[in-house]
Amino acid sequence: MSISLSIIYLIATITFVIGLKKLGHPATAKNGNLIAAIGMGLAIAGTIFIHDLQVPTIIYVLIGLAIAIGSAIGAWMAIKVKMTKMPELVSLFNGFGGASAALIGLVEFSKNVGDKMQATTIVSGIIIGAITFSGSLIAWGKLNGSLKSVVKIPFHKIVNNLFLIGIIAFAVFMVTTGVNEQVFVGVLLATGLIYGILFVLPIGGADMPVVISLLNSLTGIAAAITGILYSNMVMLVGGILVGSAGIILTIAMCKGMNRTLGAVIFGSFGSTDTTAGENKRLGTIKKTNPSDAAIMMNYATNVIIVPGYGLAVAQAQHVIHELEELLTKKGVNVKYAIHPVAGRMPGHMNVLLAESNVDYSLLLEMDDINPQFKNTDVVLVVGANDVVNPAAHNDPSSPIYGMPILDVENAKNIIVNKRTMNAGYAGIENELFYNSKTVMLFGDAKDALTNLVSELKNM
Amino acid sequence: MNELIEFISNNLEITYILILAIFVGIEVIKHIPSVLHTPLMSGANALSGVVVVGAILVMLNSDPEDYLALTLGFIAVILGILNVVGGFAVTGRMLQMFKKKN
Repeated sequence: MSISLSIIYLIATITFVIGLKKLGHPATAKNGNLIAAIGMGLAIAGTIFIHDLQVPTIIYVLIGLAIAIGSAIGAWMAIKVKMTKMPELVSLFNGFGGASAALIGLVEFSKNVGDKMQATTIVSGIIIGAITFSGSLIAWGKLNGSLKSVVKIPFHKIVNNLFLIGIIAFAVFMVTTGVNEQVFVGVLLATGLIYGILFVLPIGGADMPVVISLLNSLTGIAAAITGILYSNMVMLVGGILVGSAGIILTIAMCKGMNRTLGAVIFGSFGSTDTTAGENKRLGTIKKTNPSDAAIMMNYATNVIIVPGYGLAVAQAQHVIHELEELLTKKGVNVKYAIHPVAGRMPGHMNVLLAESNVDYSLLLEMDDINPQFKNTDVVLVVGANDVVNPAAHNDPSSPIYGMPILDVENAKNIIVNKRTMNAGYAGIENELFYNSKTVMLFGDAKDALTNLVSELKNM
Repeated sequence: MNELIEFISNNLEITYILILAIFVGIEVIKHIPSVLHTPLMSGANALSGVVVVGAILVMLNSDPEDYLALTLGFIAVILGILNVVGGFAVTGRMLQMFKKKN
């Protein structure tokens, strides 16, 4: 490798570290993304143009063509996507990265001449790449709704683990015996793909963000393994960074939901066997209508809006902003309370509300807003359920006991917008809805909020 | 096992870098506000597209007569660069929305 390419790779590696670091702070995040992107561009350009190989022109043409096609499609998808559809796009892109790693492994496998360490890296690259590819596609399908039902594979915990052990055993066999017939590598690829499907299919849609983060981390590891294969530092360090950062991010997401990674993967809650307390009567609920709800908010001094998953699904982020502006104009003090796992992904609610131009300073995180609820006249809960369930504080038998929640029950009045009385994804009743201070405003978030806005306009 | 020990002693540099990079990754991500989890995940996803460098190497090293390797390499470059460009673009779009208004 020429010296100048080594230096370019070094610079690119440094930009990756700095970029990731800057991505972690709101003020510098945009710069961080740009710096990492520039570094990546340098690494790619350097790889193409600086080497000692004799490469025929036709190969340059093909590489250029592939880069043009891939960049155009990638940019087009990124520009076109709606912000509510963003999580599944990340999953799709991640799957492509995994597929790329698996394909590289396929080519290198046929060239390998029996070096066992090299064979190990190739074989693991193929397996991990295949798992992330099929797994990410399933996650993508689940999030965009084309795979609606939670598929229950009987004994999936045992089946999956046995399958994984089988793959590893087969891979070890391939490496130790040094077989290099294409049929073996085909079987390896196929089993990797099947495992990715088995792994993600039984996991519920609400847990997909955690799965995507985990698969993202795996793609990083696949890239790092390919880096070892080529003794390529930028791939090695870049891949490992994503791998370890991805694991930390995955754990942070789990913590926000008070769950362990194991519970997400093996689905210990949200499953069909709900607890005995599920059907106990918690009292009666009070229904309200848009006009009464609008009056309550119109004459309030402090209003806090709690947006949740239902708001994201109904794409009601623009209407909620309209409501907030209208109330502010009427002299009401409006803020948003953002639970760490509100929406489809941690931070997703912030992105959604930012899209509809909600002022960033109005979005308050849980620890900052919780003390304010007791001085709040009206809380409007839109499509959130488990994150405002007081059972997390006072029912040790509840599966969400101990989860940090928004202390909505401390407010003077609570309006809850929900489509139905169905339980949240944790599958448990919410006593907040039966609280004497709570009124229920049933309906799709977008319709209900639109009605609220038009009622308020007439006041 | 012998191969592993041999590999480590022959590739001490890589082994050190590997271990240190794991810790750098963990440290860099610690204490991230949950607001930024989604953009950060998206940004990390774009970085994992660095695998495209390997895909380009596959093509550069391929015999122009080796159509199978070239085809697989070609698809790998498309998928890898899609991950890179799409990943950075969508992260940029997300972060664009965090701009404070005057």
